[in-house]
Amino acid sequence: MKKIEGINDFVVKFANVNGTGSASANHLFAKAIFRMGIPVSPRNIFPSNIQGLPTWYEVRVSSRGYLGRRGGVDLMLCVNPQSMEKDIASVEPGGYFVYDCTKPLAKHLMRDDIHFLGVPLTEMCMREYSTPRLRQLLKNVVYVGALSALLNVEFRVLKELLSDQFKGKDHLISPNVHALEMGFQFVDEEFDCPLPIRLEKGGNIAPHILESEHIFMNGNTAAALGAIYGGATVAAWYPITPSTSVVDAFAQYAQRMRIDPGTGKRNYAIIQAEDELSAMGMVVGACWNGARAFTATSGPGLSLMSEFLGLAYFAEVPVVLIDVQRSGPSTGMPTRSQQSDILAAAYASHGDTKQVLLFPATPRECFDMTINAFDLAEQLQTPVIMMSDLDLGMNDWMSPPLEWDDTYEMDRGKVLDAEGLDSVEKWGRYLDVDGDGICYRTLPGTHPTKGAYFTRGSSKNEMAVYSESGDDYVRNVDRLLRKFETAKQYVPRPKTHPPIAVKKPKTKLKLGALFFGTSASPSYEAVETLAVEGYPIDTMRIRAFPFHESLDRFIHEHDLVFMIEQNRDGQMRRLIINECEIPPGKLTPVLNYSGTPITARAIAQQIREALNTKSAKIVPLHPETA
Amino acid sequence: MSYVQSGFRHPNLPTNRLGFTVADYDGAISTLCAGCGHDSISAAIRNACFLSSLPPHRIAKLSGIGCSSKMPTYFLGRSHGFNSVHGRMPSVATGASLANCQLTYIGVSGDGDTASIGMGQFIHLIRRNVNMTYIVPNNGCYGLTKGQDSATADFGSISKYGDPNPFDGIDLASLAILNGASFVARSFSGDKEQLEPLIRAAMAHKGFAFIDVISPCVTFNNHVGSTKSYAETRDHLDAMPVDFVPMREEIRTHYTEGTTQSVTLHDGSVIHLQKAVSHCETDDRTAALNSIQKSKEEERFLTGLLFLDPNARDLNTNVNLATRPLNELGKNELCPGSRVLNSINEGLR
Repeated sequence: MKKIEGINDFVVKFANVNGTGSASANHLFAKAIFRMGIPVSPRNIFPSNIQGLPTWYEVRVSSRGYLGRRGGVDLMLCVNPQSMEKDIASVEPGGYFVYDCTKPLAKHLMRDDIHFLGVPLTEMCMREYSTPRLRQLLKNVVYVGALSALLNVEFRVLKELLSDQFKGKDHLISPNVHALEMGFQFVDEEFDCPLPIRLEKGGNIAPHILESEHIFMNGNTAAALGAIYGGATVAAWYPITPSTSVVDAFAQYAQRMRIDPGTGKRNYAIIQAEDELSAMGMVVGACWNGARAFTATSGPGLSLMSEFLGLAYFAEVPVVLIDVQRSGPSTGMPTRSQQSDILAAAYASHGDTKQVLLFPATPRECFDMTINAFDLAEQLQTPVIMMSDLDLGMNDWMSPPLEWDDTYEMDRGKVLDAEGLDSVEKWGRYLDVDGDGICYRTLPGTHPTKGAYFTRGSSKNEMAVYSESGDDYVRNVDRLLRKFETAKQYVPRPKTHPPIAVKKPKTKLKLGALFFGTSASPSYEAVETLAVEGYPIDTMRIRAFPFHESLDRFIHEHDLVFMIEQNRDGQMRRLIINECEIPPGKLTPVLNYSGTPITARAIAQQIREALNTKSAKIVPLHPETA
Repeated sequence: MSYVQSGFRHPNLPTNRLGFTVADYDGAISTLCAGCGHDSISAAIRNACFLSSLPPHRIAKLSGIGCSSKMPTYFLGRSHGFNSVHGRMPSVATGASLANCQLTYIGVSGDGDTASIGMGQFIHLIRRNVNMTYIVPNNGCYGLTKGQDSATADFGSISKYGDPNPFDGIDLASLAILNGASFVARSFSGDKEQLEPLIRAAMAHKGFAFIDVISPCVTFNNHVGSTKSYAETRDHLDAMPVDFVPMREEIRTHYTEGTTQSVTLHDGSVIHLQKAVSHCETDDRTAALNSIQKSKEEERFLTGLLFLDPNARDLNTNVNLATRPLNELGKNELCPGSRVLNSINEGLR
């Protein structure tokens, strides 16, 4: 029978029952691979539940450093009878199924094209441990030990990690190490170890990975650190998966870094609001009053915050919102990842509104863009929404280290202090004196006689006096459009990559691919796969809305452009069609909206299919370049 | 428009401790209906700030949406103001007060804004004891949308459409006391002598100060059968077109503290005003609630200071907030720098 082979290139999936302590054992496995210097990306695929439902943990190992999902499973470790039938079915032919063989597998579950490796986990733990709790917890560690033999995970690294994890609770270290050893020894004696899929330190790892001292962190923690470094002092929020850990992490860092040394008091405030309406209201109030404030939310929270986002847009209050996207409304699939808030965020609120959006693709970018969001919000005096997602926010990613330039100064935008107010001849809150659509604001309490104004939604004139005049309204909203144009020069530019050289291209069409956020990594991988097959594809990673003019150019310079994203309706595609006035046929949607992150294989397959059906119909726009 | 404000001011207007005259606390001309009780409340706020010698620019005014939320335009023209979103002023005020703990915050929100759409935020504002004065000009109806019952309209009160209200009215003062407010008062817009000192006390109070001010709507809730109307004797006004806005004087009542006062309204119903004795029982939540309930059963409005806990811990204390305003902190206090970040990186390997 065929055996899947692969050095530092494979997918391992764990099938567990949630609430059994499996997450930390699985994390131990992934972190050990990271510590070995091998590119790894784990993903927790979990239910909205505390105990008893199926949960999975997928670990991608990629020597070339592709951190998106590949698709398919090479080795399944299954300790959950509930999901076993499907788990067995999902293993690639020639792959491996590691399971608890304390009870024999039912005959009908067996497949003859995969390798079954039974480890009597329950039996071993029953024998070894006296309490049910220990049996349950350490069973997870036993299977990590087993995998370390099967896949060649360095045992020393695992022990090191356990010592780190239980620092201060040293009595827990030796039982855990013992459990690891038990799993390791059983498998080492029973099977031919390591398997043809395995880890090898150094070896075939891509040079760009070896050069950098990577860190292993999730996007939500990185965003929280960005809020600390970006000078946020007020965080108001309402708990919602998958954004909750943003403010949790902010609280932890603030406790360490934001206590006034003289008084012991807090140079920050975190308020758990009664709902997302209130959370955003507090942020609006704090920002209006000159503090840097933010909130973090997900889908339903974004809907509730839309009213205030509209007010902040019209009242020109700088607010920062971190939207960690998930699927759908209500309790549907709140623990599954999507990029499906794009349109709701871009046009958040009633009336004519357009919001500034940022699209981070890595934890490093979550950090950088959160800092940038605070500067942008104050420069532009408008809400800035960072569009992360569950996949980026809650999973650990291998990322280049965070960097900080100590010469950085916060850009507070156009704010007049008392001296400034005294020096200007005429001041009106909504007078566009610089012609860039951005006016000068003042903060409450600044000057005894000058600069006070009344903040409202839309009925006002340039001097901030109440007005229902149509002319005043039009002048104001047209200026807001001017400001949105100005924003194009301020927001992060897209990143482009020329196509990988292809010796004998199979098409004369100039192909391009657009993507953003967590769709980026699997897209780059799919593009490489397709280049090998003879299809060179230019890529552009979108990093912000409003779109830079180079996006428009990119689309025009290609015959066929694929828009890769993770939602049903092709929301980014629609936004581009709308905002850049692109004929819809120019953009071919490549989509995944199952709730589990898009895979490189799915992207490549959808593009292949589109090329097969479309190539015949589309005439190259640029025959001279073909 | 109620009146045309004259630009003329007496050259020898008295000044307060800061050297300001009362005119320095004026706002723009009111565009509320002639005779609207809200204008009296605006005047009371203006006078209270003047009398208390608060620097106008160190006060921030916040409101939601509705007739009463328009009010902050009509007082304290030298203060920043924020006309926010319907029912959501409490959250904006909470954020603002965290950003700068050294300003005085006045919130104005009507009974629709507070007791219906904003009920959630109102309760949580009370619970957090945000350091601000919160005034509800309470007329039992929606003005800007033309006279629908609000949630504070009393059971059986006849709306301008002629239907008796089938629901019990929410008593905001009781609600505030029950949910932990540290300063709760009720007053009447026509009772300047009581309202001004109450507002001054509220602004001096550290923590959340709530004043429920009965402020009848002259246009939509001023007819026979309404429990929150002004008029008693003007039976003829019943036939007036609904959209007609009568020009009238505001009603002002004067009575001695400690006595029960009946205010006879134009439409024949009688509002009984019973003064709470501000020196006793204000520290007892149960007694305060009992007094309110008792007076309600006797068809009276109990006004005055109902409950006060001067030592309650406000939000800033509870979150251990720095005394220096957060909006004044700079890079040195806020950015931990590259060395700290490098050690964080180290911990993530």
